Amino acid sequence: MNTAILIPVLLVLTPLIPAVASALLSGHAGWRNGVNIGFAALKLALVTYALAGVAAGAEYEWRIAFVPGLDLVLRLDALALLFVTLSAVLWVATTLYAIAYLKGTPHQARFFAFFNLCVVAASGIAMSGSLITFFVFYEILTLATWPLVVHTGSAKAMAAGRTYLAYTLAGSAALLAGIVWLESGSGPVEFADGADLSGFSTLSASVIFVLLIGGLGAKTALIPLHPWLPAAMAAPAPVSALLHAVAVVKAGAFGVVRVIYDVYGIETVAALGLGIPLAALASATIIYGSLQALRQSDIKKRLAYSTVSQVSYIVLGASLAGPFAVIGGLVHLVHQGLMKITLFFGAGVLAERAGITGIAQMDGIGRRMPITMAAFSVAALGMIGVPPVAGFVSKWYLALGGYQSGASWVVGVLIASSLLNAAYFLPMLYRAWLKPSADTLPSREALASTRTWLLILPGAFTAMAALGAGLFAGFELSPLGWATLIVERIYLP
Amino acid sequence: MNLLFALVALPLLFMLASLVAGRHGPRLIWLAAPLMTGLAVWLAMAVHTAPEGGALGGWPVPLGIMLEADGLAAALMLASAITAAITGLFALGSYGTTRAETTRSYTFWPLFYGLWAAVNAVLVSRDLFNLYVAIELLSICAVALAAFGSRKAAMDYLMIALAGSLAYLLGVVLIFAAVGTLDLSLIAERAPEARTSVLIGAALISAGLIAKTALFPLHGWLPPAHGAAPPAVSALLSALVVKASFVILLRVWFEALPGLTQPAIITGFGVLGAAAILYGSALALRQEGLKALIAYSTVAQLGYLFLVFPLAGGGEAITPWAAGAWGAMGFHASAHMLAKAGLFLAAGLMIHASGNGRMDGLTGLARAMPVTTFAFALCAVSLMGLPPSGGFMAKYLMLISSLASGQWPYALVIIAGGLMAAAYLFRPLARMFAGTETPAITPLPHNWLPLAPLALAIAAMALGLLSAAPYELMVSGLPEAGEAGLEEVEP
Repeated sequence: MNTAILIPVLLVLTPLIPAVASALLSGHAGWRNGVNIGFAALKLALVTYALAGVAAGAEYEWRIAFVPGLDLVLRLDALALLFVTLSAVLWVATTLYAIAYLKGTPHQARFFAFFNLCVVAASGIAMSGSLITFFVFYEILTLATWPLVVHTGSAKAMAAGRTYLAYTLAGSAALLAGIVWLESGSGPVEFADGADLSGFSTLSASVIFVLLIGGLGAKTALIPLHPWLPAAMAAPAPVSALLHAVAVVKAGAFGVVRVIYDVYGIETVAALGLGIPLAALASATIIYGSLQALRQSDIKKRLAYSTVSQVSYIVLGASLAGPFAVIGGLVHLVHQGLMKITLFFGAGVLAERAGITGIAQMDGIGRRMPITMAAFSVAALGMIGVPPVAGFVSKWYLALGGYQSGASWVVGVLIASSLLNAAYFLPMLYRAWLKPSADTLPSREALASTRTWLLILPGAFTAMAALGAGLFAGFELSPLGWATLIVERIYLP
Repeated sequence: MNLLFALVALPLLFMLASLVAGRHGPRLIWLAAPLMTGLAVWLAMAVHTAPEGGALGGWPVPLGIMLEADGLAAALMLASAITAAITGLFALGSYGTTRAETTRSYTFWPLFYGLWAAVNAVLVSRDLFNLYVAIELLSICAVALAAFGSRKAAMDYLMIALAGSLAYLLGVVLIFAAVGTLDLSLIAERAPEARTSVLIGAALISAGLIAKTALFPLHGWLPPAHGAAPPAVSALLSALVVKASFVILLRVWFEALPGLTQPAIITGFGVLGAAAILYGSALALRQEGLKALIAYSTVAQLGYLFLVFPLAGGGEAITPWAAGAWGAMGFHASAHMLAKAGLFLAAGLMIHASGNGRMDGLTGLARAMPVTTFAFALCAVSLMGLPPSGGFMAKYLMLISSLASGQWPYALVIIAGGLMAAAYLFRPLARMFAGTETPAITPLPHNWLPLAPLALAIAAMALGLLSAAPYELMVSGLPEAGEAGLEEVEP
């Protein structure tokens, strides 16, 4: 037997072991942290091995049977690996950050158990080879995230948890309805083969598409299904990072990509006339999210609405269906993750160390917390699309893709969005670096006493990664290079 | 054959032994639990290759008594053995040897084993009168156990159970008068000759069994009886007892009268099932008591079982996905057994610990009782029909069969039922996570007690993750009515 087929299983198991270990090691913080970091590093090593293999053309697959005809399939192709790599890299950063962030707070065992379970689910979603497998891991993600959202147990967190469940479970119901309808006519759907739609009328096929995308749209936070995301910022900062960058919204966006390319196929989506309406919805979400972000005075809320806007870039790229647009969408899956996690790491540090939660309190904080704010600024500039940070690359390819697909209005959307991004990010940077320090800021001495490198360095690292992903976009193993590889394999099989 | 006989007779022996053994009686569960579970596993593996069965004492039908286990019987026997074994071990905490001797600790164990024997007898009997004896033994044990909680609820239960038995018996007499036999397969051969009287008999039997299964609208007795009983008893009542009368109903319509099932009857069962799902869930949403909520959830979950009638069809109404629907019903029955028993046991521990059976008593328990809460949550996931649980496989198969057979209203009901289940089960879960304080709790009688619901929850999850073998078992040796659909499932 070729041991390489075990790679998908190992990638799912590496976070599962620390999930169980964290639950059992509730009284041993040191051991727990060690196990968490160790397995995160181990997964990174596995991912590196798989990257080399998949780049050389290998595909790893592992399956077991559910009921007859229905298989649990884990399949590691280039697209899966894009998401796996993202979650593996950010998992290391978030684990380190969370260890520092939660130090001394109660119920860390529970936190790390469910946190790792989320990573299990994200890996499973990435590597799902069939619709049913995707749905299983998608739901595990829904359920495993809830205890994290309500982690603090405050009334606000409980309300956020309720909103989160209401949207995501309703979305799951729609998704399940779509999957079952589809599979009742076409048989079990595997991503490698796509669905056989010959038994469906145009109308049924379109309605199923709407059910699938609507169900996925709840996690992707497409309007009008987005309100849970800003509400969920009541959760601790590492959880926000997880929701916004590593797992939850990404799972939805990734699912949209899978449905368009590996279930329906781009030709079918175009033939059914479904691509452009979805692109329009994504564009509306982009603009609406930015407008809402502009209205927020709370840092985390502004970032949350910014996610609503930015994640829709991925959907936009996927629905435009030209090679450049797809590259732009896929690469944004990674780029947005790197930039947004940096921003949330930064927001968490501001709140923890300086008690800053509102934008108005940020005056002069840049000079007091230079590393954190430098990272924050790099990420913010990237979000606006300033070269050479990664966000520029995404927007450039999306705009090219818009032209290529004959939807040049996309360029207008991108420009409007970039202006709006600038309008809500630049004032924060201006306050942080150029305004005189407010009296409410803690003194340098006070800050020096609370300095925790584990809290600061993960953000610096992800900011560097976002910068690097833009600077070295031309390299083969950059996110852009990898996205290009995926798209070449889609269009030139 | 001897295996089937052992599975029915051994619990009866344990029943006698527990009476004789006096205050050592409770310890018998340490022997009974592994022994019975092992035999059930053996049976499942044997049935996997060929249906197990034969006539007792070597006398052929109609003189002898037939015992026979098809795939469904073997699967449910295994699920109920696991449930009963774990619940029995759990009950040691309440009715075990460490407590002072009470009437209850004496009476619990004989009733427990009697109930177990009766469930197994129902599963393997192929004769209307045998089934009657088994279901009577079951009802008596169940009512007596329910009286551990509320005597009034138990009285109501007794009345319903007796009325149900009478209706059943009357139906049996009518059928016997019409066709001259009580054996299910012989009835199937002879029924077409005396259509009308057999149908009237079957209607009476069905009415009696519906009352015992607590199908809407005859469900009123269930929530008080199940909700008021001690946790181990609630678990047995909700997990095992109501399933047994449902299995008889299946045997009557799918095995004895496959030619007589008409669209009106099939639709009737389907509509009642759908109404039970919606009505039971709506009432569960409004409960303030934790156990009452779980009991109303049973009313709703039982409704899903009855969807097998329209989804599998029967006789001429056979659907292309009949085998899938049959498997879905088997999965649902097994997953509900495990998960509902787990839920009741977990709830019992929480109520013991917090001293408050109402929703607000749960505040913060996730911090004080993490293992119990986790078990509760896993069981809840299975009941909601979310992956990766056995409940999910059941709902998925049901949805596929309803859409593949063009009966989409049932699909809508199933999806709505899942969402409502999520809504009513997340209410207690949210209470457990709410707040920032860790509440002080009454210590549990034994620290390992939370492992019982956890084991049941893990079994419910495993049923979903490793669903291939259980599915094959459940659809192997399908009654003729379902066999035609088996080809369609294989792609």
